[in-house]
This record gives sequence, structure tokens and C-alpha cells, in this order.
Amino acid sequence: MSRSDNTVKKFFEKIIEKIILLNGFACILFVILIFFFLAKDGLALFKVSSPIQFFFGLLWNPLAEPPQYGIVPLLLGSIMVTLGAIAISVPLGLACAIFIGEIAPRWMREILKAGVELLAAIPSIVIGFIGMTMLAPFVKNLFGLPTGLTALTGSIALAFMAIPTIVSIMEDAITAVPRTYKEGSLALGATHWQTIYRVTIPAASSGIVASIMLGIGRVIGETMAVMMITGNASVIPHSFLQPVRTMTATIAAEMGETVIGSDHYFALFAVGLVLFAITFVINFFADMALHQQKK
Amino acid sequence: MEKNGFYSMRTSALRKLKTTMSKIETKNLDLFYGSFHALLDINLEVEEKMITALIGPSGCGKSTLLRALNRMNDLIEGVRITGEVCVDGKNIYEHGTDLIGLRKKVGMVFQRPNPFPLSIFDNIAYGPRIHGIKNRGELEGIVQKALSDVMLWDVLKDKLDRFALNLSIEQQQRLCIARLSAITPEIVLMDEPCSALDPMATQRIEELMFELKKNYTIVIVTHNMQQAARVSDKTGFMLLGKLVEYGDTKQVFTTPHEKQTEEYITGRYG
Repeated sequence: MSRSDNTVKKFFEKIIEKIILLNGFACILFVILIFFFLAKDGLALFKVSSPIQFFFGLLWNPLAEPPQYGIVPLLLGSIMVTLGAIAISVPLGLACAIFIGEIAPRWMREILKAGVELLAAIPSIVIGFIGMTMLAPFVKNLFGLPTGLTALTGSIALAFMAIPTIVSIMEDAITAVPRTYKEGSLALGATHWQTIYRVTIPAASSGIVASIMLGIGRVIGETMAVMMITGNASVIPHSFLQPVRTMTATIAAEMGETVIGSDHYFALFAVGLVLFAITFVINFFADMALHQQKK
Repeated sequence: MEKNGFYSMRTSALRKLKTTMSKIETKNLDLFYGSFHALLDINLEVEEKMITALIGPSGCGKSTLLRALNRMNDLIEGVRITGEVCVDGKNIYEHGTDLIGLRKKVGMVFQRPNPFPLSIFDNIAYGPRIHGIKNRGELEGIVQKALSDVMLWDVLKDKLDRFALNLSIEQQQRLCIARLSAITPEIVLMDEPCSALDPMATQRIEELMFELKKNYTIVIVTHNMQQAARVSDKTGFMLLGKLVEYGDTKQVFTTPHEKQTEEYITGRYG
């Protein structure tokens, strides 16, 4: 090994280090750039329409004269579909995670984990297909509705998209509970089930909360499936059996029809900004909960 | 009728005999982890309200033996057991044994203190609660008594709602003992209960063991020979899965019958 060999090696080390460093910063940079991009066009709306009209307006109708850009129906649509999806996916996901983490024998555990991960790999458009062709008619007949494209239909379909996220993080949290806690409980004469719900779940609670948060984040940002199966009526929803329209579906459906730089265009950006803020806050809390778990 | 009368007379006579019978007795106990033969033909008799110590180098099977006494080994996959372990004359490996009742009767203190991530009160009330006590007043009484048993009541009585994991390690281990005494077991198995503690805390836990001996039968696993010599009435020396020697602590430490025991206690290996 000659000396020049070594200097070349060192040189490459330095280069690689710098490249990795650059990549690390790039991720943060992209988030910041996206935020500014959204904020620039989104805030432009407030030059022509007041924030009060936007945040408290009960009507979203860009074609009316004058156009109405009230986010409330869209926000409520998103919240409703998300809450519905979470209400379905959390109990299912928790049961599934407990079974995988605590009850299933090892061979079955591996199969189930692979299955749950596979569920995450299904493209959302395919879930939309199934929702449209199977679920919507089912909901329609079950409740005797004029249309099966409702908030409930969207919630059910989205629940299946949230379950993989929820199950895998919950399962991690549950298996991370120290064995000594479980042994301590069993040694006091507790049954397996008593140990699970009195010791394991409380000890894993922050991970469980994080999984729910990330599930919400996953659901609230989903677009294709909800656009296909929630009916897209921008009205204030009164029940789960009504069509609703989410923020994501609104942007996706209307963006193609607006003139760049128009008020409508800025309004859609403002909706995107709100969505970004919501997912940011949710992820932030999920992250905090996960850190709590590690402590 | 007459036959029954004779029979009941016989059993009552037997019962009288039983007062001198050992609390725990293992008969030809063999244990395998998969194909590994971890315990070989163990015959051990533990007497009531005495402290029995199990000593030996690490990996000799002393913890495994301890965990066989309340069937904690059941939790490990691939464990197979032959022979008998009798607690109060009843084989706990018999089909249909009430595991909950067994573990309520034969409690365990672990190597590292393992309080639950709950409040001090909830930790101690845990056992009574799972065994069906819901009344708050009753639970408060149990908690006070249990904490008094381990001499923590005066220190902690105003801090019962504090998070248990914030206590010192010694207090955590005491709490674990209190948690156990709240379900009033008859036998306490201790798996190196002082290995995480400093010498002063160890001494205080040993003093506590003398107190507990009045009410409980104690089996302690330790690789600290001095500790075994200080606290125990009976000592068993284990090596490579065999119970090499078992007898009064004084005899085992002063005039061991077996050469291997002598070599171990004089520090030639271990």
C-alpha cells in the first residue's frame, strides 16, 4: 500500500461523507420548500377573501357568483371520514396487534405480519375499486339509501388503509414491553389476558397513541379512494350516511379545472396548506408519543 | 360406613404427620430445554418457614429449578419436564393444576426489580385486584400492611400515587416484595434478589428476609456464597444441572460431604 493510495481513500471518504450530509439536509430542505410553496400561493387567497370567510364559511362553491370559498364543509367531511375510519380501524388494529404480539405462535406471527404488510402494499385506487363496486352497493342496500357513496363507505375503505400502519406500530410497542413486566404479573397469579390488559397495554400506551396518530395522518391525506367512494357533495354533513367531500378530494377534483393564478387556484392552495398543517401537527404528536415510549 | 370411619381416622393421623412434612418436595425432577438436559434427577425437600438457599456457578440450573417450583418455565417454549414437584403434597405438574392458585401460593421475586409502570398504590393493589378485591377501603388496608411488611410505609405513605419506577432500586425491590405479600403467598421464591443492589441495600434486604421468614417459606437463589451462609437455614449446591449436596447450611459450609462442594465454597471454581 503506497501513501498515495491512502490519500485517495481519504479523499473518497470525505466526498461520501459530504454527499450523505447533503442528502440529510436535503430532506429538511424539501419540507421547508414545500411549505413555502404552499404558503406563498395559499396565503395569496387572503388578498381577495378574508380569513374569516375562508375558515368559517359554510359554503364551498367556486362557481357561484360571487364564488364561495368556505372550508368548513370540506374540513368536516375530512374529519368525519377520518374519525369513522379510526373508530373502525383502532379496535380491529389493536386486537390484531395483541394477537400477533402476544398470543399467536411464532409461525403464525410471521405469516400475519407479512399479510398486514401486504395490505399496506395495495394501491389506494384498488381499494377505491372495491369500495365502489362492492362496498357502496352493500351500504346502499343495507340502509336503504339513494346512494351508497357516503361518509360511512369512505370510512370503511380508509379503515383498511389505516390498519397496516396501526397494527405494525402497535405491535412494535406491545412486543417492546419488557418481559419482566409480564413475568411479574403472571407470577402474581394473573391470567394471560389480565396481564395483557392491565400491564402490557398500559405499558405500551404511548406507542399505541402514536400508532393511532399516524393512522389518522395516513387517512386524512388519502385522496383517490375517498374521491371515488364518498360522493363528493360539498355540504355540511349531518350523518355518516350522507355523501361528503374531503379536502383532498376537492383539491384533486378541482385543480385541473382552475386557471393558474385565479382566486380558485389560491383557495385550493389554502386548503392544501390547512391539510399540511393538520398532518404536521398529528405527526408531531405521534413523534412525541413515540419518544415517551422510548423513555 | 365403618370403612369410611377408619379411612378418615387414618387421614387425620396423616394430617398430623404432615405438619412435619416438607413444604415443597421435588421427586426425580428432570427438565429439558429442547434437547438440552438442564436439570438432572433433582430431589429436594424445602421445609416450612425456613430459608433454603440454592448456590452454584452460573448456568448450573439453580434459577431453572427455582422457576420450576411455580411453573414459570411454562412460559418458555420447548421446555419439557418429567418427575414431580409437590407443594403441600400435591404434584403441581399434574394435569389440571390451578396455575393461578399455585402462583398465588408460590410467589416470586425477580433478579431485577420489576415494578409495573403504574403508581406505587396500583402496583401493590395489582395482585388483590386481579384476585377480585374491588373495595377501595379494603385495598388501602392491604397496601398499608404490605408496605409496612417491607418497612416502606413510613417513607411512602404520602407518595402512594407516585410513579413506581422513580423509586430507588432498593425501594423498587422492596415494593416488589410488598406487591407479593399483598396476595399473602405461603412460599416466596427469590431469584438473586440482591444482585442489582449495593452492599448496604443488600444487607437491609437480608434483614427483611429474616422478618419474612416468620410467615413465609423462602427459597433463594444466589451466586453470592456469603449471602447464602448468612441468611439460609438449608443450602443446596448445584453443579451442571445436578443437586450435588443438600443439607443444613452450617454443615454444607463447614463440613461438606462432597468434594465438588468443598471445591466450590473454597473458591476453587465458580
